[in-house]
Amino acid sequence: MFYREAGDFKTSYVDDSQTFPIRFDRWRYYAILAVAFGAAPLLINDYWANAVFVPFLIYAIAAIGLNILTGYCGQVSLGTGGFMAVGAYACYKLMTAFPEVSILIHVLLAGGITAGVGVLFGLPSLRIKGFYLAVATLAAQFFLVWLFNKVPWFYNYSASGQISAPERTILGHAVTGANTTASAKYFFCLVILFALAWLARNLTRGTVGRKWMAIRDMDIAAEIIGVNPLTTKLSAFAISSFYIGVAGALFFAVYLGAAEVGEAFGIQKSFLILFMIIIGGLGSIFGSFAGAAFMVLLPVLLKNVLVGQLGWATDLAAHVELMIVGALIVIFLIAEPHGLNQLWRLAKEKLRLWPFPH
Amino acid sequence: MSDQILFAMEVTLNGLMAGVMYSLVALGFVLIFKASGIFNYAQGVLALFAALTLVGFQNGQVPFAHLINAIFGTNLHHFGWHLPAVVAIILTAAVMVLLAMIVEKFVLQHLVNQAPIILFMATIGLAYFLEGLGDIMWGADIKKLDVGLPQGANEAFEAVTDSVFGFGLYIDNLDIVATVVAALLVLSLTLFSQYTKYGRALRAVADDHQAALSVGISLRFIWVLVWSIAGIVALVAGIMWGSKSGVQFSLSLIALKALPVLMLGGFTSIPGAIVGGLIIGMGEKLFEFFAGPLIGGATENWFAYVLALLFLVFRPQGLFGEKIIERV
Repeated sequence: MFYREAGDFKTSYVDDSQTFPIRFDRWRYYAILAVAFGAAPLLINDYWANAVFVPFLIYAIAAIGLNILTGYCGQVSLGTGGFMAVGAYACYKLMTAFPEVSILIHVLLAGGITAGVGVLFGLPSLRIKGFYLAVATLAAQFFLVWLFNKVPWFYNYSASGQISAPERTILGHAVTGANTTASAKYFFCLVILFALAWLARNLTRGTVGRKWMAIRDMDIAAEIIGVNPLTTKLSAFAISSFYIGVAGALFFAVYLGAAEVGEAFGIQKSFLILFMIIIGGLGSIFGSFAGAAFMVLLPVLLKNVLVGQLGWATDLAAHVELMIVGALIVIFLIAEPHGLNQLWRLAKEKLRLWPFPH
Repeated sequence: MSDQILFAMEVTLNGLMAGVMYSLVALGFVLIFKASGIFNYAQGVLALFAALTLVGFQNGQVPFAHLINAIFGTNLHHFGWHLPAVVAIILTAAVMVLLAMIVEKFVLQHLVNQAPIILFMATIGLAYFLEGLGDIMWGADIKKLDVGLPQGANEAFEAVTDSVFGFGLYIDNLDIVATVVAALLVLSLTLFSQYTKYGRALRAVADDHQAALSVGISLRFIWVLVWSIAGIVALVAGIMWGSKSGVQFSLSLIALKALPVLMLGGFTSIPGAIVGGLIIGMGEKLFEFFAGPLIGGATENWFAYVLALLFLVFRPQGLFGEKIIERV
């Protein structure tokens, strides 16, 4: 009824190539932005920010990053946790070395440093393909975590081996450290996520994105039609690592406050983010959001039901949770291997015909 | 001979023995990858699950005791019997076969023709599930596994090397047993796949799923078979690792130790798994011995991966993997 192109006339190329060609989609998008930027920061409290919203926003950035590499460019990576650690430690070193510079610049620089490291570990992708590459990226994961554990310079020789974020402000509001309000954390992450998601969406539908997809679909064929595999694969590694590095920096500085590398950025994190993009949908920005929301909400929900409602011991609940998460992942892959994004697409197709499907 | 060289020799020997243990896990991976093209991340958790089940049977634990107690408020823990090791092992092997059937029925059957990464993620989901299941069934505490394998230093070997070099080299009896078992396992798997009807069917499926189907080989049966074999290999690995370091959660992480072995040896080669394991085991122990003290130690976590990575840059299909031929 409302959701269709009919009557939505396009009179210029700009109109024709916009991200949301259907008017209803556009309104929905503006409405979500208005709620996210306008209403949510006023209503949010500490529990919701720490348990749901801040991790969701940060994981969404990381998921977009990994989706660029795996979903758009077809290079499976299991090194996400290691690259997040690079972002976190780069941010920490910059924060403590240049306290007078804005935290926003530090976060972006941390992303840039991670991009460099990503390119370095992306180099073998020119020779190694498929699962061999996936396992090869584990080298990055284990080596980087080991490096941040063993070289004291990275954690400023602190006795505990941990890094902890000092207080930094933006426009007079603390965004890191103990005095941060829930809405400041939320808003800071939201602004970065919005900017990066907008950038990713536009990158993936332009020349760069098309080259990535050509490489993903068949790299030899892409090479023959003139896509340079070196620059294409490495640009995917660089941009993906930039996103993951920013996510790592935020995860440490804003969300955790203090981090120990093996615990916060271990291999489980790599799998978690890979799950997000598989469940959300490979090669889709919306899918990254949906997958991040799913994987953040699921444990919170299960914990509330099992420990809160049924009153089970936490260790038993943790094991049941592990089983349920595992089973749900398998069920989900069987029911919809193309992820939440595909369900969303189907729903939209149905909506177009609604209420007169025939 | 100087102490340094002798010590390096001992490190090399122990590295080779550790490599055999990695190979035991890698073998299960190779079997499944060959027969179904599935990269089975759950192999390490299978070993943990098998070891937990074995200990549970041996000690007569009540499965799901913790869960039942939580729901019904009872206080169950043990049946109060102790099974002999052999009976427990046979029972556990039966459980692994049953598990293979369940996995085939509820997971693999529904994922035929999906992209490899989807199958890979499904096995990670399976790994989570089995990890939770194992903990709920048998409890998460560290358990001691004792099936009567010899342990401790091998005195005969120490005496011989002492008389030759004037310095007794240390070898654990358990490692010797593991080596013999691994050799037997590879031998019997090779014989099985070369000289039996089912072995031929297995190789046919590994070669080409569709061609195998069209000559009347049941893909489902082969998958159950291969997952059962992988489960039993996991049981063997679980017994060895469990006897060495106790049955606990960290046992499932040996999958991560087996991955570089696979990369080095090639995902499709059984001898590759053995040779890769030996190279990785020896390499990482020697590297830790020589370079570890200089750069802070604990290099075993990543050295194997970096070694395999560097190796793959020169030979992308691994040592014994099938040559990757790419066509447009």
